Amino acid sequence: MAPTALRPIPPSPIVAAAPAEPVKPSVRVRGFTRSFGATSVLTDMNLDIQPGEFVALLGASGSGKTTLLRTLAGLDPAPADQVSTPAARAVVFQDPRLMPWKRVWRNVALGLKGRDRRARAEEALGEVGLGHRLDAWPATLSGGEAQRAALARALIREPKLLLLDEPFAALDALTRIRMHELVLKLWRAHDPAVLLVTHDVDEAITLADRVLVLDQGRIAAEEVVTLPRPRDVDDAFQAIRRRLLGHLGVTGHDPAAAAELIAFRPRQDAH
Amino acid sequence: MSLAYSDRLTDKVKVEGKISAKRSWPKLADQRWLSPVLLLALWEVASRTGLIPSRILAAPSAVVQTLAHLVVNGDLPNALVVSLARMAVGLTIGVTTGTVLALAAGLSKLGETLVDPPLQIIRPLPTLALTPLFIVWLGIGETPKIALIALGVTFPVYLNLFNAIRSVDPRLMEAGRSFGLKGWDLIVHVVLPGAMPGFLVGLRYALSVALLILVVAEQINASAGLGYLINNARDFMQTDVIVVCLLVYALLGLGADLLVRALERRLLVWRPAFLKA
Repeated sequence: MAPTALRPIPPSPIVAAAPAEPVKPSVRVRGFTRSFGATSVLTDMNLDIQPGEFVALLGASGSGKTTLLRTLAGLDPAPADQVSTPAARAVVFQDPRLMPWKRVWRNVALGLKGRDRRARAEEALGEVGLGHRLDAWPATLSGGEAQRAALARALIREPKLLLLDEPFAALDALTRIRMHELVLKLWRAHDPAVLLVTHDVDEAITLADRVLVLDQGRIAAEEVVTLPRPRDVDDAFQAIRRRLLGHLGVTGHDPAAAAELIAFRPRQDAH
Repeated sequence: MSLAYSDRLTDKVKVEGKISAKRSWPKLADQRWLSPVLLLALWEVASRTGLIPSRILAAPSAVVQTLAHLVVNGDLPNALVVSLARMAVGLTIGVTTGTVLALAAGLSKLGETLVDPPLQIIRPLPTLALTPLFIVWLGIGETPKIALIALGVTFPVYLNLFNAIRSVDPRLMEAGRSFGLKGWDLIVHVVLPGAMPGFLVGLRYALSVALLILVVAEQINASAGLGYLINNARDFMQTDVIVVCLLVYALLGLGADLLVRALERRLLVWRPAFLKA
C-alpha cells in the first residue's frame, strides 16, 4: 500500500480510495508490474476503484494508461492475486470497433445469446439515442453515432466495470460535450465503476469522482473532485485543472501555456 | 513574347467557339461503339473482296450464320453444357479444397506449418505444365481435365483466403474477444466475415483460371465440348466455327465476372462502396 508518488500532493492519499469502508472494491490492483522486454510500463501499481466510482486516468502518451486499461479489461494477462476485477466488464475503445458486416443492433448484441437479443439491443440503443438506427450498417453512422453504438454495446452487458479508452478523442468538440452528458446519464442509471482513460484534463475533471495522474508507470498524483455535477469551469475547477496540469509537467504557474493547451479544445458548460 | 502568347490565346478561344457551335450533334469523342463497328465493317468488306480468304478468317456475316446454324442443330448447346459441366465440377472441387486448406492454415499455427509449405512449393509451377503427368495418371477422359481445373483453382482461393484470414483487423478481433467471443464464435462472427472480401477476390481469379485451363485442357483429345468443336473445325479449316467458339468462351468469361459481381453485391452489402450505390 506504500504510496509511490513522484510528486505527492496533499491532501489525498495516493492509493486511493474511499475511507475505510467494509465495501469490497470493484477493482483491486496490488503491486502489479508489467514490462515489455527490459522496459517496465507499469511499476508496482496499486489501485482501488469502489463500486459505482467514476475514476479518470490522465497521463501523457507512453505513461502506461492504456496498458493499465487493457490489463483491467482482461486483454492483457495479469496474475489473479495482483489484479482482481468484476467478471462483468466492458470496454469502449477510442475507435468504435463495430463489425462493419453486422447491422448496428447485431453489433450491440454481439456475443449475447437468447431470443430477446434484439429487444435488449433495441433498449440499449434507445438509451443512447440510436433507437432509429437499429438496422443501419456501421459504415453509414457518423463518428458520434458509432461511438454511441459502442457505448450501447458495452452497457447491454450490464457491466460492473466500464472501461473507456479515450472514447471521445476522435470526436468534434460539440459531439464530445453531448457524449459527456450521455456517459454521466448512463453511469447514474447503471451505476458501474468507471475507469476513463483520457489525455484531456478538462474531460477528466468534468466527469470523474477522482482523477489519477499516471507518469512512467506509476500513479504520480491523485485529485478527488467533489464539485457538484454538472460542473462549470469555475474557480474551483480551474484550481484543480492547474494542479493536474502541474502534475502532467505543464507549468501551472504559467497561465498562458496552460490556457493554450486548453484553448484548442474550446469547452462550454455542459448543460 | 507576350504578343505570341495572346495570339495563341485567341486561337484557342476561336477553336472552342467552333466546338460549342456544333453542340447539337452527339459528341464524336463519346461514341465508344464507333471503332469496333468500323473494324467489323472493314473485316466484312475485306472478306467479301477476297482480301481475307475464309480459310484464314471467316467473314462476320458468315460467323453469325454459323452461330445460328450451330444453335439450331444443337451442336453448340450440347458442347456448351459439356464444357460448363467440366468447369463447374473443377471449380467446385478446387474452391472447396482451397477453402478448406486456407481455413486449416489460416486458423491455426499448426495448420499453417503443415499446409502452407507444400502449397508454396507447388505454387510457382504453372498448372498446365502438369498436363502430361495428369494424362499418364488419369488417362484422356474427363478426369484429367477436371483435375487440372480443380488444381489450378485451388491456389488463388487458398492464397487469397489464407491471406485474408490472417489480415483480419486485429482491433476487431480484440473487440470481439473483449465481448466474450472465443473459439468458433470468434471465427463465425469476426474472422470469416472479415475475410470475405479477400475470398471473393480469390474466387474472381479462380473463375478466370478455370476458364483458361478449360480452354487448353479441352483440346486434349476431347470427344465432346467446345474444345471438340474447335478441334474438328481446325481439321476442316472451318474458321467460322472456331470464331463462334471463341465468342462463346468470351461470353463465359463475361458471365463469370458478372457472377462474382453479383456475389459481391450480396455478400458485401455492408461495404461503403455498395452502400452508396
